[in-house]
Amino acid sequence: MSTMRSLTFDAIIIGGGGAGLRAGLELSQSGKKTAVLSKVFPTRSHTVSAQGGITCAIGSADPNDDWRWHMYDTVKGGDYIADQDAAEYMCTEGPKAVFELEHMGLPFSRFDNGRIYQRPFGGQSKDFGKGGQAARTCAAADRTGHALLHTLYQANLKNGTVFLDEWYAIDLVKNANDDVVGVIALCIETGETVIVKSKATVLATGGAGRIYASTTNALINTGDGIGMALRAGLPVQDMEMWQFHPTGIHGAGVLVTEGCRGEGGYLVNKDGERFMERYAPNAKDLAGRDVVARSMVLEILEGRGCGENGDHVFLKLDHLGEEVLNKRLPGISELSKTFAHVDPTNAPIPVVPTCHYMMGGIATNVHGQAIAQDDSGNDHIVNGLYAVGEVACVSVHGANRLGGNSLLDLVVFGRAAGKYIESALNEGIEYLEPTQADIDTALVRLNRWNESDSGESVPELKRELQQIMQNSFGVFRQEDKMEEGVQQLSELRERIAKAGLSDKSQVFNTARIEALELDNLMEVAEATAIAALARKESRGAHSRYDFPDRDDVNWLKHSMFFPRDKRVGKRDVNFAPKTVERFEPKIRTY
Amino acid sequence: MLQVSIYRYNPETDSAPYMQEFQVDTQGRDLMVLNVMEMLKEQDSSLAYRRSCREGVCGSDGMNMNGKNGLTCVTALSEVVKDNKLVLRPLPGLPVVRDLVVDMSLFYKQYERIQPYLLNDTPAPAIERLQSPEDRDKLDGLYECILCACCSTACPSFWWNPDKFVGPSGLLQAYRFLADSRDTATEERLSELDDPFSVFRCRGIMNCVAVCPKGLNPTRAIGKIRELLLANAT
Repeated sequence: MSTMRSLTFDAIIIGGGGAGLRAGLELSQSGKKTAVLSKVFPTRSHTVSAQGGITCAIGSADPNDDWRWHMYDTVKGGDYIADQDAAEYMCTEGPKAVFELEHMGLPFSRFDNGRIYQRPFGGQSKDFGKGGQAARTCAAADRTGHALLHTLYQANLKNGTVFLDEWYAIDLVKNANDDVVGVIALCIETGETVIVKSKATVLATGGAGRIYASTTNALINTGDGIGMALRAGLPVQDMEMWQFHPTGIHGAGVLVTEGCRGEGGYLVNKDGERFMERYAPNAKDLAGRDVVARSMVLEILEGRGCGENGDHVFLKLDHLGEEVLNKRLPGISELSKTFAHVDPTNAPIPVVPTCHYMMGGIATNVHGQAIAQDDSGNDHIVNGLYAVGEVACVSVHGANRLGGNSLLDLVVFGRAAGKYIESALNEGIEYLEPTQADIDTALVRLNRWNESDSGESVPELKRELQQIMQNSFGVFRQEDKMEEGVQQLSELRERIAKAGLSDKSQVFNTARIEALELDNLMEVAEATAIAALARKESRGAHSRYDFPDRDDVNWLKHSMFFPRDKRVGKRDVNFAPKTVERFEPKIRTY
Repeated sequence: MLQVSIYRYNPETDSAPYMQEFQVDTQGRDLMVLNVMEMLKEQDSSLAYRRSCREGVCGSDGMNMNGKNGLTCVTALSEVVKDNKLVLRPLPGLPVVRDLVVDMSLFYKQYERIQPYLLNDTPAPAIERLQSPEDRDKLDGLYECILCACCSTACPSFWWNPDKFVGPSGLLQAYRFLADSRDTATEERLSELDDPFSVFRCRGIMNCVAVCPKGLNPTRAIGKIRELLLANAT
């Protein structure tokens, strides 16, 4: 492999969504030689699909709004396993990060006074839950993710970021000290494989919703960063925590924003009953997403679902009137007509809880530095490796993310990682070159696929994986089903190890990419399954029939999944914010 | 059985492009064109095309379907299939990389050329810059562009002069910044466009409007830029 080309950057960012572009922007602005490597042209990244907005206490809808209230909501929403130092950092830095986006040109919707429009979203309150519903989500109609992603891409163009568009990261390269020193990557257009060397490798690869059969996620959300981390022997945190969004369009899985309910829409069962009034008397349809999703599933299981098969509920919007729908929710009307054949101005949209977001990921501190644990459970930094956005678990979302907090997470921690890497580079980072053997290790799986001659096909294996996850690790979970799922996944792993790639061509070979993605889906699915089986309680998005209560004595902890021995350990949650009193765990009601 | 005819070309093995015929059993469902392509890829994994969001917002899967550009993920068979036949070709006018994947470099170059970012030479305030809802409304119909290239590759003027005519997508973006009350670089932006090719190659045939999957109107934006250029000239 001596002919393999090598590229060198001060920082290499893997992933061109919101987090990667925000980190790239910070580093390019500081004059560092920065590359963003993305398997799709950056504006095709999944951030583009975010709709409702970015939650932040900028004091526009309510001049008295307070970042501490936002922090309280975030910690409560996460069922108390969000790290409070991280939530504090996000909520205090948030306004700066949002105003920067506006200064870059993000076309936010506006109030009459010219300030940024904010709408109510789920789990938001004033005065630490005592002052009623807040309106804290900054929006560009219902296309906030699109507006944000394009704005960030444009800002990177302005600042001269190098883009490696349509390049696919295969595996991390580690040196003799176990530091991450770069990544093996494949140029999709030419098929060339190169090593990208850097003192700072930033994973910003997003989520992995494609482990489920039904998901709001883009087809590209295959957990590539999680797969790379696990194959590099690194642990991942809270992987059992998957958010099911209450309102995926029935059948298609396409998302309709929580902003629909923020603007006054509500859910009804087949009797036309606004059932959330029973489950969450105060917040009703704007309770936490986990709460709403569970309530919907219960309605369906108890025979009050809508449609011929009683397998969904309705989201009613027609009472909002054409003007609000056109002004505030134009994208929803379009999606609803295309995928549900329903015009929301005169008929309700059929919806069902759908896999949406990975709360877990690579544990990091607020600077984006990846954290691993030694055998005695002590944290240590993984030199050279950073993670930001959905692939990271910093953790601001704990066991359940609040709507609008993902876009804030992206920009705040993308920016924070960029700032930290800049100063670390200025101070000097030691760099030990990888040996040929180190590089060969990172090439093993690419070579495996390239040398496979026959075997089962990738799409079929992927479908099976998605079905296992859907059946055994959905909204409600129980021991025997999960044990069965873990067993099925272990058999599937054997089969994937022998699967075949029939197309060995070089130029834009998407079959090879899909094969490499399948390896990553497998890693994410297994980590999810084993962690879910280990957490014997119900907390946030992780709901078990056999352990229906939260267990703060044993599980007020992060889970850590270790890939080498497939073991699940525990890691302390941070309860030490710097400037406010900690929020003590309370019973979580809405 | 739906008859599907697909443009194939792999530069490693094919000396020239050809059309390959497939038959797909849709079981009478009104699938999206992308769903049909996924079914075909299971039959022949070597078929190459781009896709990502599958809901019409990422702009990856612009393609020519029965002669008309559009996004495969939001185009139902019932909208395009005629006489039980579907013909899929890459977007016209750009070099083909492989099968349905085109080289978008020229398209992106025109986008970059119009300085697609807010320029404001006044110091930024501690909060956001204020903008009235009326001024913000002027960006509607402009900022929603997803860079799918359906419009520019349906435009004969862009086919002829892809290096010199900015094209409908780039000009829509140019006007998005000209129309933004927060942007202070109007003069600079207009002078960059003030030549016989950049804007004035538009002949107003409105192919761009007919194909835009987001329902945007580049021709109207181009008209506005013309007005600004002409007003500037006098």
